Amino acid sequence: MKKLINAPDGVLTDALIGFAAAYPDLTVNLEDRYISRGPTAGKVGLVSGGGSGHEPLHGGFVGYGMLDAACPGEIFTSPVPDQLLAATNAVDGGNGVLHIVKNYTGDVLNFQMAAELAGDDGTPVETVLVNDDVAVENSTYTAGRRGTGGTVFVEKIVGAAAERGADLAAAAAVGREVNERSRSFGVALSANVIPATGKPGFELGDTEIELGVGIHGEPGRQRGPITTAREIAGFALDAIHADMPLSGDVMVMVNGLGGTPLIELYVVYAAVAEWLEGHGATITRNLVGNYITSLEMAGCSITVARMTPDLTELWDFPVQTPALRWGR
Amino acid sequence: MDTGDFRAWVRESSRLITEQAGELTELDAAIGDGDHGINLRRGFQAAVEMLDDAEANTPGTVLTTVGRGLISKTGGASGPLYGTAFRQAGKSLGDVTDVDAARLGGALEAAFNGIQQLGAAREGDKTILDALGPAVTAYQVAVEKGGDLAAATRAAAEAADRGRHETGPMLARKGRASYLGERSIGHEDPGATSTALILNALATVAAGEAS
Repeated sequence: MKKLINAPDGVLTDALIGFAAAYPDLTVNLEDRYISRGPTAGKVGLVSGGGSGHEPLHGGFVGYGMLDAACPGEIFTSPVPDQLLAATNAVDGGNGVLHIVKNYTGDVLNFQMAAELAGDDGTPVETVLVNDDVAVENSTYTAGRRGTGGTVFVEKIVGAAAERGADLAAAAAVGREVNERSRSFGVALSANVIPATGKPGFELGDTEIELGVGIHGEPGRQRGPITTAREIAGFALDAIHADMPLSGDVMVMVNGLGGTPLIELYVVYAAVAEWLEGHGATITRNLVGNYITSLEMAGCSITVARMTPDLTELWDFPVQTPALRWGR
Repeated sequence: MDTGDFRAWVRESSRLITEQAGELTELDAAIGDGDHGINLRRGFQAAVEMLDDAEANTPGTVLTTVGRGLISKTGGASGPLYGTAFRQAGKSLGDVTDVDAARLGGALEAAFNGIQQLGAAREGDKTILDALGPAVTAYQVAVEKGGDLAAATRAAAEAADRGRHETGPMLARKGRASYLGERSIGHEDPGATSTALILNALATVAAGEAS
């Protein structure tokens, strides 16, 4: 393993110090481990968080029009309730706080505990659970669908709604609607390496790919030989389409997992656009780049959301964060 | 067991988990995301430090302090699950200063119930409960047969070890391992393994053998 780190145990702290230096308009609380702006009086506070190693998620999405605070846990490990409670209190503008949580057992349990503690203190908290990954079946035999790329859509759109004055219940409702309309599918070409272990998170042969990989390297539906970007995109979109028929206006994100150059993501986007056009869906908005990564894992994820005019308007609302900014 | 014994249990648990953190992480890498040993080591070391600073002067407060330490430092799913287990066990002990075999059995049962409720898991799902469940049962059987605390905790530790090994052929239905489906079969559960370590630490202390 070769990584640009000082010490395996100090990666998160060192990264937060760097983040604080790079974005002086945001507050980085090193003691309680959260990144925040605000609070904004009268506005619903938006808090997200999860394991580190998925940058720019979530710290990169703190700012005007998006999150009020993000809690980075240790690498691939959910944040702890103390952290989440401190962030919740820091951004409570008097109208409650919304937690945006990806569906992983650790994230769910820690956010649940923090929400209970905040409730004991008199702060109303609502939770939106993101579970957009169609690669795993949602059944009694799994912990439910994983939350992946749809999280970016939820955070942006709810962020706009909250900025425009939505109350807690309305903000939560928008978040749930975006989640219900979003589906993702990921493909890995190589494994990630966690700094603390220094070893690949999973084994993948030189010519193998994992179809349906999770953002921590969890396996997906099957392994197969590397093939063309067009075929890989088609496999992912077929899986999404089988779960949620794609028609009408859609928003698309072709997301790099950390180890894939942009040029390949554009190749994939071309294939995605071709597939969607062939199936009668119209791409009205898109993102191509690294938004929810998995350390240096090579590969990409494709997220599609079925849009309404209201959701598109919220998507277009100005945003000013380290990783997403327009209109302001 | 008195307050000093409970402190010794926590230290012995921390020692075993620190010693075996690599093995726990490797088990987790096979079916999870490879951080169980790292997280639990961090959590237990923090719990020991908190205990050193806290005026925990009953067995119950020792366990609730450890529970808070694990919740606030571990992260992942294991932090809330183990933290809740220790907190519930501590609460069930109340104010007593000397814990007898029957009361410790009640505390173990409270720990089991706390984890089951929070994680919404059952025995057979390939989790902590597959070591803790058999351990609680074995403990109670040993007490019913007239066994003392040392004998009962030894029986619990041995049952936890067996339970841990029996998770190998199981299909994971909870946590990140559940996403592996059939591919989770053939690997022992890291949570069941760490539970076995903690119960072995308990048996060691109850036998008066802790270093």
